Amino acid sequence: MNYTDEFRDPVAARGVLAAIERVVDEIGATKDKPLHIMEICGGHTHAIFRYGLDKLTPPGLEFIHGPGCPVCVLPMSRIDECVDIAERPNVIMTTFGDAMRVPGRRKSMMQAKADGADIRMVYSQLDALELARRNPGKEVVFFGLGFETTTPSTALTILQAHADRQSNFSIFCNHITVPPPIKALLDDPYMVLDGFVGPGHVSMVIGIRPYDFIARDYKKPIVVAGFEPLDLLQSVLMVLEQIRDGRAEVENQYARVVPDEGNPVSIAACNEVYQPRPSFEWRGLGEIDASGLRIRDKYAAFDAEVKFEIGYGTGPRFTGEQDGCRCGDVMTGRIKPHACPQFGKGCTPEMPLGALMVSSEGACAAYYQYGGLRLEAVE
Amino acid sequence: MCLGIPGRIVTIADASRKLAIVEVMGVKRQVNVACILKDDELIESLVGAWSLIHVGFAMSRINEQEAAMTLDVLRQLGEAQEEIEAMRATERMMAVAL
Repeated sequence: MNYTDEFRDPVAARGVLAAIERVVDEIGATKDKPLHIMEICGGHTHAIFRYGLDKLTPPGLEFIHGPGCPVCVLPMSRIDECVDIAERPNVIMTTFGDAMRVPGRRKSMMQAKADGADIRMVYSQLDALELARRNPGKEVVFFGLGFETTTPSTALTILQAHADRQSNFSIFCNHITVPPPIKALLDDPYMVLDGFVGPGHVSMVIGIRPYDFIARDYKKPIVVAGFEPLDLLQSVLMVLEQIRDGRAEVENQYARVVPDEGNPVSIAACNEVYQPRPSFEWRGLGEIDASGLRIRDKYAAFDAEVKFEIGYGTGPRFTGEQDGCRCGDVMTGRIKPHACPQFGKGCTPEMPLGALMVSSEGACAAYYQYGGLRLEAVE
Repeated sequence: MCLGIPGRIVTIADASRKLAIVEVMGVKRQVNVACILKDDELIESLVGAWSLIHVGFAMSRINEQEAAMTLDVLRQLGEAQEEIEAMRATERMMAVAL
C-alpha cells in the first residue's frame, strides 16, 4: 500500500518527507546510528502505525513510543483496588470502556463484572453522576483515569457533585500528568532520546509552558503536534531542524487548536480540586515523583480512597508483571514489542496479558494490528 | 478517550449547569461547555459552534474545516466509531438504569 495516497494532501506529505530525509542526512544520522525521537502520546503511536510513518521516514530516524497511553500505564495494584471497591455490596462502579480489560493481579474489571460486580461502562463522568442521582440508595464510584485531557472533566464533575450535594458519588482517582514521566525518562541513563513530539490535546489543556524544562534543563527539542499524519510529519521535521541547528526549544505545531497558555477554565478547575501526590506508580516505570493527582481534602467527600478506606500506598504493593510479560522494557524503549516472548502468543488484543496490548494506543497493540505483515517479512 | 471528537453545538440544555446538546456524526449527546465559555460570553452564543469533545466535555473551539479534517483522521484510526459506540452504549444503559 502506498500510505501517502491516504494523506489529506499527498503532495505536501511527500514534500515534508523529502525535507525530513534531507535534514536527517545533514545531521549525519544513519540506520546504524539513528536519531531517537519519542512520540509521547499513544494517539500519535496509533497514527504513526496506521499511516506507516515509521516506514516512510528514513532509517536514520527511529520512533520511540512513549508512556502516553493512560490505560497502558495503570498499575495492577490500582486495578486490584478498583475491583475491591466494585465487589463491595451496594456499589455501582463506573468506568471508561478502555479500562475494562486491563489485567489486575486477581482479575480485570471485565472478569469482576462477569463474576457479578455491578460495573458499568460510561462515556462520560457526567453519566456516572447522573447514575448517582437516579440511584440514591447506592454508592456510585467513577474510576477516574487519564492524562490532562480527562483530568479537567473529572474535576468539573466533582465541582458539580459538590454543588448538588450528591453524597453517594465519588471518584477513585488515578489521574496522572505528562511532564513528570518525561523528566523520569530523561533522567534514566539508559534512555538516549534526541527530541520529542508532544501530545496536542494535552497542551490544549495545560498549554506548552510545562515543557520548558525539557528545552532549558535537558537541552532537548519538543514540538507539540496535531494528530493528522501531515501534522505529525511536520512536527518531526521541526524537531529535526532544531537538532540540526543546535537549538532546543518548545515549539507549537498545532497552534490552530492549542493556545500557548492552554485552557484557563480547565487549569483553574484542576487546581481547585486536585493536588499532586508525592509519587504515583506507573506500570513498567515504577513510582514517579509528583506524577499523580489526588483529590484535595476539601473535596474528600467525593474521594473513593477516603470513603472506602483504600488510600494509596498504605499496604504492600505488587509492582511486577504477569509471567513473561515485558511491558516495562517495551515502555522504556529497551525492546521492541515483538521481542517480548509473549507477543502474539500468550498476549493478544483479544486476550491481553500486558497492558500495552489492551488499548489501540498501546505500542504492542499497534505492532500487532499494523505490524504483523512487516514482521513476517523480516523474519 | 484521549483524542477528542469534533461536535457541533445545536442547542443549550441547561444554562445554569453549562450543559448543551452537541451533534457528533449524527448522534446527539449532552455535554458540558464550561471550558469553552469565556467570562463575558452568553452561553447561547455557542449554538452553531464546533468544538473538540472529550468524554462529554467541550474542550476547545475549532473551525468547521478543522472539524472535518479531524473527523477524517479519527474515522481512519477507528477512533470515531469507538466514540460513537461508547455514546450509544451509555445511552442504552441509562435508558434502563434505575
